[in-house]
Amino acid sequence: MLKVAEIFKTMDYGPAPESDVEARAWLAGHGAKFGHFVNGAWVRAGTTFDVIDPSTNTHLAKVTQGSAKDVAVAVAAARKAFRSWSRLSAHARARHLYALARMVQKHSRLFAVIESMDNGKSIRETRDLDIPLVARHFYHHAGWAQLMPTEFAGYGPLGVVGQIIPWNFPLLMLAWKVAPALAAGNTVVLKPAEFTPLSALLFAELAAEAGLPPGVLNIVTGDGRTGAALVEHPDVDKIAFTGSTDVGRVIRRATAGSDKKLSLELGGKSPFIVYEDADLDGVVEGVVDAIWLNQGQVCCAGSRLLVQEGIHDRLMDKIRARMEKLRVGKPLDKAVDMGAIVAPEQLERITQLVKQGQAEGAVMWQPSWSVPTRGCFYPPTLFTNVAPASTIAQVEIFGPVLVAMSFRTPEESVALANNTPFGLAASVWTENINLALDVAPKLKAGVVWVNATNLFDAAAGFGGYRESGYGREGGREGMWEYVRNVVGPVRTGKAAKAVVPSVVRSVVASQLTAPVSGLPPVDRTPKLFIGGKQTRSDSGYSRAVLGPKGARIGEVGEGNRKDLRNAVAAAHAAAQSWSKSTAHLRAQILYYIGENLDARAEEFAARLRLQVGATAAEARREVEASVSRLFTYAAWADKWDGAVHQVPIRGIALAMHEAIGVVAVVAPDESPLLGFVSTVAPLLATGNAVVVVPSEPHPLSATDLYTVFESSDVPGGAVNIVTGAKDVLAKSLADHDDVEGIWYWGTKEGKKAVEFASAGNMKRTWCQGRATDWTGPIDERAFLRETTQIKNIWVPYGE
Amino acid sequence: MSDLPRNAGHPLDLDVVRAIRVNRSAAERRAVTIPTRRTVKKEWQAAWLLKAITLMDLTTLSGDDTAGNVTRLCAKARHPLRDEIVDALGARSLRVRVGAVCVYHQLVEPALQALDGSGIPVAAVSTGFPAGLSPFAQRLAEIHASVKAGAKEIDIVITRAHVLTGDWRALYDEVKAFRAACGDAHLKTILATGELATLTNVARASWVAMQAGADFIKTSTGKEGTNATLPVSLVMVRQIREYASVTGFKVGYKPAGGIRTAKQSLDYLLLIKEELGNRWLQPDLFRFGASGLLTDIERQLEHFVTGRYAATHHQPMP
Repeated sequence: MLKVAEIFKTMDYGPAPESDVEARAWLAGHGAKFGHFVNGAWVRAGTTFDVIDPSTNTHLAKVTQGSAKDVAVAVAAARKAFRSWSRLSAHARARHLYALARMVQKHSRLFAVIESMDNGKSIRETRDLDIPLVARHFYHHAGWAQLMPTEFAGYGPLGVVGQIIPWNFPLLMLAWKVAPALAAGNTVVLKPAEFTPLSALLFAELAAEAGLPPGVLNIVTGDGRTGAALVEHPDVDKIAFTGSTDVGRVIRRATAGSDKKLSLELGGKSPFIVYEDADLDGVVEGVVDAIWLNQGQVCCAGSRLLVQEGIHDRLMDKIRARMEKLRVGKPLDKAVDMGAIVAPEQLERITQLVKQGQAEGAVMWQPSWSVPTRGCFYPPTLFTNVAPASTIAQVEIFGPVLVAMSFRTPEESVALANNTPFGLAASVWTENINLALDVAPKLKAGVVWVNATNLFDAAAGFGGYRESGYGREGGREGMWEYVRNVVGPVRTGKAAKAVVPSVVRSVVASQLTAPVSGLPPVDRTPKLFIGGKQTRSDSGYSRAVLGPKGARIGEVGEGNRKDLRNAVAAAHAAAQSWSKSTAHLRAQILYYIGENLDARAEEFAARLRLQVGATAAEARREVEASVSRLFTYAAWADKWDGAVHQVPIRGIALAMHEAIGVVAVVAPDESPLLGFVSTVAPLLATGNAVVVVPSEPHPLSATDLYTVFESSDVPGGAVNIVTGAKDVLAKSLADHDDVEGIWYWGTKEGKKAVEFASAGNMKRTWCQGRATDWTGPIDERAFLRETTQIKNIWVPYGE
Repeated sequence: MSDLPRNAGHPLDLDVVRAIRVNRSAAERRAVTIPTRRTVKKEWQAAWLLKAITLMDLTTLSGDDTAGNVTRLCAKARHPLRDEIVDALGARSLRVRVGAVCVYHQLVEPALQALDGSGIPVAAVSTGFPAGLSPFAQRLAEIHASVKAGAKEIDIVITRAHVLTGDWRALYDEVKAFRAACGDAHLKTILATGELATLTNVARASWVAMQAGADFIKTSTGKEGTNATLPVSLVMVRQIREYASVTGFKVGYKPAGGIRTAKQSLDYLLLIKEELGNRWLQPDLFRFGASGLLTDIERQLEHFVTGRYAATHHQPMP
């Protein structure tokens, strides 16, 4: 045993292998060949593809390529299971989820080893991060299952949910998708990533053993074609997807016009911002966690390091010194920091992007040691001298590659941080709480970690802004993605136009507009309302507005895409200050609008009668309801609170409601005044600036509001109104990359066109292809939820 | 003993000291993952545990210490492992023995006698240990007496009040005076981190002690409510690293108190290797202050050699 004496002198590390015996036994027990897991049982393997251990490029198993038919069988099984699963008591479902959590814990090491072998990530991560978070997610959601009747009263499951998950955190992404879906009473067809299907198959098998009823969770393996079949299946009520923004766009388009609910967790290029007063040694470890976790194959990886100029060089020295200490090697070695890249394709992509970065003039640095030559390994890599214009500063590399840039002021740090189409996460490092809590709300990101990074918990929502997708996973906010209102808002179920009162009243236009003096009437042709000013339409055309009997009752401007461009620009100019104004002020303004509308109630009622032929009583009621609705959202303005999540750290996770920004509203035709107010008021209440296309046939109630807004202290640009051809304007707005959300009330075709076009910048959509009864009670919170997105700000503390 | 130049100190730089900020949560996250990111198994673990023995200040600091029990301790220091274990490990050539024996001043003399010819230095705790609140002149005299008695290493305690009130000048002057009193004996500065309230205070005090000429910085007396911890150690060794990069002087580190198991000792060695590098895994730059640790290391080494879990009573007691 000379060895001990030798090691005593070198004090080197040695091998510390985790055994793969049990994992290989499980694979062998299935003949290393898997079919789908559907309806509680294994399906015979069909056409298969190989699953590879990327650390050795060796074969692990054969897995079935799911066909559209396979998907259909799984969806049918889920549909059948939904009937009984959704009718189980909340407590019974809670017991099932609890059993799943326990199941994961009981088999934690098997899961950890399988995951490491299949994905190439280190056993340390699967053992200490992935699998514990999986168990935690099921425990947390066992709780939501139990609490559904009270905490989501009036809400029920959607039905069959199709879920498509990525390869970077295979089992954790399964948990994030499956746990809330099942807790809410849905059944699931899940397609794991083609690179990493094994842990999902193991999970399904063990879930069945743990008593999960057949058909509740079905796993169909395969590549993108299998995913597409799931997305396109007509009997799927929701698609939840985590993956690239490109595929997210495809899914958005594919589901456009369907009534499938959609949540997307997409790519990122998340900033990691370091201010000069930060604890730099702490920062260095934060960088390690940000970009060298899971070989940097993390959607929320802090891949853009933004450093205050004065400390830039010092921090780079520290990071380089730390990089020398990282260990890359066999994923099942318990003493490595990084394992293998998931697949040769991904390794190639990383390699190419790094070359491109060098070609574009950035300075690359890698540690002096080299990575294993066999298998898919890539060393930790740092780029300095990077400009925002360079490719590596913009695209998601999805590898262990950090790009560093400097900034001068906090303002510039925010500008650089937000200079990206993405908006998933951000990390802010400073010892100054004033600075941290000033910057966090300014960052366009769904998650902000203060003096930390890559913290996850089931109790806190996770999800993106902008082209990083929409919807949240985790916490109460995540549960909303898997439920629907089962009591309201009431929809008529008919096409929008059918809502125009069918009884033609004997109101003659001239009776309402005839001047008393005997003189000819003064022309009252409304212009557009943009940036607080009444502006002529760019087109120079007007369009006629007809009364219920077809008589011409007025004209409005024919708005076009240039008018919309100007309106969006005006909205952006206003959005900054409007979103930052106090909720109290916004409430005051909404009350004031209500007050001024009420003062002109008779005039607005007359206008309604003129446009839609309502009776005097109906018209009066609609005006009254509109004033009431303004009061409702004025009331909500300072009560739409966020939450403080109970995450397992010494610190807080603040779930803040933030305005989406500039939101387009294509207002409903039914109830021309009340429909307008019901959609615009909640958006204003939470701080959005809006560009509204009012009802195409009945726009005059909206145009009459110009002077109400003007006299109610509404800041110029907070509300912009462009009249014209509804679906033409809707399409332009949906196409506009600087519109951050769009609400649409209209036809099924219009809804489809808007949803399809929204994929351009992945704007949030809320589109109704059916009419709404605005006079009845509405789900106010549902509207408010659509007006905001939740940002989780994690603030660990302790001195 | 050491090929390194002694820390000559540095003029007190209050700007540097006051600019130090330690984020506690970040430090704790790093500390907790050091033992999960790295591990040593089998021969590597055995070698590292042997190394840990050589890095140990085998310590007794009790009111009831006598020449008798100190002599026993010294015998263990000279012969920390049973020969059959040493042989089974193939480690005889390493001549494994502890780094030093650490005692109160009154026991320096019996310790020296017991260690005679072994080359193992005697360390004396000093300066009104553990509270450090006796008259200043008396504390200086105590150092002089111990050095005169033959102690080669002096473990002093600082006036915690200087840290808690931010009187860095006073702390600097105090440690500098102690260092001067030590002469050729090496100065280990005990910060009593369990009484310094914050990690930022720990970092600032470490920096001031090093600027004042400390050869080692040490966590604890073993008498505070909280002794050595990984987060505190992380913070202190990072200051050592920073000080070395600024001044070129390598200062040693000594965690003390509460380190009782072989596993814990490995965690500290991992921390040192990761944050400071292998050079610090030598007795001139790293020591454990420990009393019970050796017995557990013996048991683990016996287990490695025999494959059977070992009993404490099979290990010769100190």
